[in-house]
Amino acid sequence: MKHIPTPAQTVGPFYGYALPFKDGENLIHPSRPGAVRLHGTVTDGDGATIPDALLEIWQPDAEGAIPQETGSLVRDGYTFTGWGRATVDNVGHYTFTTLNPGPTAPGKAPFILLTVFARGLMDRLHTRIYLPEDIQALENDPLLSSLEEPERRTLIAEREADGGLRFDIRLQGEGQTAFLSYPRTPQQVGAAE
Amino acid sequence: MAEPNTNPDAAVTSQEEISQEIGTLHEKYRTSLQAGGPEETTARLNFPPYRSSLLRHPTKSLHHTDPEEIELHSPAFGERDVHALESDLTIQHNGEPLGERIIVAGKVIDGDGRPVAGQLIEVWQANAAGRYIHKRDQHPAPIDPNFTGVGRAITGADGSYSFTTIKPAPYPWKNHFNAWRPAHIHFSMFGTDFTQRIITQMYFPGDPLFSLDPIYQSIVDQNARDRLVAQYDHSVSQHEWATGYRWDIVLSGSNRTWTEADQEEH
Ligand SMILES: [Fe+2]
Repeated sequence: MKHIPTPAQTVGPFYGYALPFKDGENLIHPSRPGAVRLHGTVTDGDGATIPDALLEIWQPDAEGAIPQETGSLVRDGYTFTGWGRATVDNVGHYTFTTLNPGPTAPGKAPFILLTVFARGLMDRLHTRIYLPEDIQALENDPLLSSLEEPERRTLIAEREADGGLRFDIRLQGEGQTAFLSYPRTPQQVGAAE
Repeated sequence: MAEPNTNPDAAVTSQEEISQEIGTLHEKYRTSLQAGGPEETTARLNFPPYRSSLLRHPTKSLHHTDPEEIELHSPAFGERDVHALESDLTIQHNGEPLGERIIVAGKVIDGDGRPVAGQLIEVWQANAAGRYIHKRDQHPAPIDPNFTGVGRAITGADGSYSFTTIKPAPYPWKNHFNAWRPAHIHFSMFGTDFTQRIITQMYFPGDPLFSLDPIYQSIVDQNARDRLVAQYDHSVSQHEWATGYRWDIVLSGSNRTWTEADQEEH
């Protein structure tokens, strides 16, 4: 690479009046057909809930197409932009309203990309929220097949009776969520020592 | 090193102890670097002098992943999302905010030097007294009714951005006793690939608090730390109006296959 990337710093505690925006967590209106509740809890290494995490999701639409429409920050209730932002509540719980993502190519396992920011977390963490249904596609997925079972399980959402998706995030310790690094992004040192 | 006190509100550790912990970690890094170890370019997720990182950093290693289609794209933002006036933080109320008016301008490029065009930048900051408009900010410094401290912009075709604002002041926090953050502006950026997503903080040159701050010092490499410090730039200053700072931002490398058509489009 020609240029060395700018380092990250924590989002800190005081983003609350700056980053959240109206209907940031509602990628589509909850009353629209196909609306799905995606929710869960964010916990730390002691299992305590984190009351000040900020989450972003980015995903294809129900047909697997990648949205390139503007308007995420001024939700009109109709345009699906594929991106959303939510803060957790006082007990570390988050909720998005979105669509089930489709596969971006036939046979691919559909997933939602999730990014976590928090005070105490020096750089964002990326992970994937896989839909649980297409067993064959999940088995063929290159990331999932590279993981041992306890970690693999952390990336597959649980489908609830009402059609919702449950996905808990553990930053550290027992049952820690599998977080991802990508080629050409700065190596995050100190994750494992 | 003694077992660190993990209570984020404890404020019992002295600056001297925190500085010593920072020094030890930096010394270890310099030794490893001299022995041919890898150069670090970003902040450490696990940096014990920053007490809140203790229980919030992953202890299992990250999984190296080849990006799928969605990770090679970013959401689209545009004029619909951000009004041009949102990049001026000094005109959001009826009166003028107090403090030193400044312009912060620069360019966003990716690791290959490609301008990041038409993408969203968000900033937020404390006011000239070191106070945020945030209900959890209890620092007994005055709120400025004419300053919210939030701005947004869409980068130009050449990746450029410019914010007009007030120079923020340092503020105290509860990492340890008598802990003060160097003055900073929080920045949030998107690239062309979602893998380039970054939130960071921009600092001002010559801040006397740099060496004491465990957040800034969680970047153990001096060259990497320097990349977060803006430079005074007289060509950005405006006659009888504002002093200017330049801060260029480099996102990580894009993993897309770039065609000439893409280059023109962006
Ligand atoms: Fe801050």
